[in-house]
Amino acid sequence: MKRFSFSSFMLVVGLLFIYLPMLILVIYSFNESKLVTVWGGWSIKWYVGLLDNTQLMGSVARSLEIACYTAVAAVALGTLAAFVLTRISQFKGRTLFGGLVTAPLVMPEVITGLSLLLLFVAMAQMIGWPQERGIVTIWIAHTTFCAAYVAVVVSARLRELDLSIEEAAMDLGARPWKVFFLITIPMIAPSLAAGGMMSFALSLDDLVLASFVSGPGSTTLPMEVFSAVRLGVKPEINAVASLILLAVSLVTFLVWYFSRRAEERRKKAIQQAIEEAAADGWKQPDVRRAPAPV
Amino acid sequence: MNMKKFKRRLHRIIPSGKQVVIGIPFLWLFMFFMLPFFIVLKISFAEADVAIPPYTEIYTYIEQKLEVVLNLANYSLLAGDELYIAAYLGSLKMAFFSTALCLLIGYPMAYAIASARKEMQTVLVLLIMMPTWTAILIRVYAWMGILSNNGLLNGFLMSMGLINEPLQILNTNIAVYIGVVYSYLPFMILPLYANLVKHDQSLLEAASDLGSSTFNSFWKITVPLSKNGIIAGCMLVFIPVVGEFVIPELLGGPETLMIGKVLWQEFFNNRDWPVASALAVVMLAILIVPIILFNRSQAKEMEGKV
Repeated sequence: MKRFSFSSFMLVVGLLFIYLPMLILVIYSFNESKLVTVWGGWSIKWYVGLLDNTQLMGSVARSLEIACYTAVAAVALGTLAAFVLTRISQFKGRTLFGGLVTAPLVMPEVITGLSLLLLFVAMAQMIGWPQERGIVTIWIAHTTFCAAYVAVVVSARLRELDLSIEEAAMDLGARPWKVFFLITIPMIAPSLAAGGMMSFALSLDDLVLASFVSGPGSTTLPMEVFSAVRLGVKPEINAVASLILLAVSLVTFLVWYFSRRAEERRKKAIQQAIEEAAADGWKQPDVRRAPAPV
Repeated sequence: MNMKKFKRRLHRIIPSGKQVVIGIPFLWLFMFFMLPFFIVLKISFAEADVAIPPYTEIYTYIEQKLEVVLNLANYSLLAGDELYIAAYLGSLKMAFFSTALCLLIGYPMAYAIASARKEMQTVLVLLIMMPTWTAILIRVYAWMGILSNNGLLNGFLMSMGLINEPLQILNTNIAVYIGVVYSYLPFMILPLYANLVKHDQSLLEAASDLGSSTFNSFWKITVPLSKNGIIAGCMLVFIPVVGEFVIPELLGGPETLMIGKVLWQEFFNNRDWPVASALAVVMLAILIVPIILFNRSQAKEMEGKV
């Protein structure tokens, strides 16, 4: 069919458009020449030079620390939000709640950043906290917008889940929190991992929010890179950027690998359960589709 | 007081499990997402001041008289100064055309992914998703090296003999368009794909059995069915681009007037917090309709109603 070839062509062109600039960036980070546009042979001197840059290394450590805290908090908060949205169909303010969960996905960062900073300033005046802005305020800002991403990922998974498993556990007398931790959490674990890694990457990347809510002495890696990039293209920045790209690709690959493995294991377990059921002479064509007991 | 009574009282004070589950995310989002907007609104009515923090209080309470002074000067400044109006219009224009471009490029790509083999789909989605996790900063930076006067693109075109002197692309609006489409394309493709992959192929088969041409059935069946995906994708591009700061700052030039950049300059360079707040309030007022549209389509998606 003609349309098929056209769309496949667009896909290939689009992927080239997305990846070629990044590939060029990585190649040029190994450029021997100080002039970024002239190729002077292969070299890793820019990478070695990075290690001596203590200011940069400090900001890397700070960014990683914030990203870790953000991943943990965003997964907890986002999962709760997703659970509320998919499982509790009616409560006061549900529409508002839904809006609050999804709006951070699209809200321009300059608005979120400015408003959070003004909140922190007002809080410092009123209750004396936070005295100085730094890691904690950046963590709060990142958690708020990463939780929205986690909520989207986790709610997609929660919707697919077979409710009858949770219902069965409840019928057998398990308390709701026990059902949640022993049944629901293990079943949505891959999406929790995906959401966590996504939050980690998003937090590591954020420039605008961090610029607004950070204080003196708490520059993160993107802020450091930004102030250097403003002055033009430099080989050291090529090296930093390549390292960030490498880290993110690694995280993405891990997400893909683990979610695929979890999926395969789940399929195998279902297959096994069906076979065992059949061997017992207990006729049930598909365990997953069994009607919930009324 | 016996134990039973005490327990019952305790139950009345301590919120139930359900209330806690709803309450934690609700309170967090209210505190750190919604409440801040009201503070922005408040400060947009204040006056800039040489103090810490650099604005005046809008209410005073002296001798049992509460006085609230709403200073409208910031808003009349925005309405009267052509620079700000041009910046708003520039942002909206940039957002509109880049959304259209993303849709034109992204729709065929999402369609191709949705019609690929199942194992292939996961890999392709991952390939599209990966850049969204990478800093916009780095992806934009990569283009700076390509588009500059002595950059790769100009070098390539000159060596091919197509042009004699380098084209000025970096620091123009063209560079901003390239950067925006490049950075936001995945956000268009992902919701479109999520929608297209759920379509029932038998509808298209039925249409073709009844003699409909491929294009006709695409236009009359696939496109209307993917309405929610199109809305979500367009909003995911349009709304953030209106407030975009990094791309116009790094790729744009003096002709690039965008509101995110202006807000940043008012805040960081001029330290005029009230004007920056007023700019944010007006931007939010412009974006409130698209945001509600997005939230609706997202709520439908989350509840599983398509």
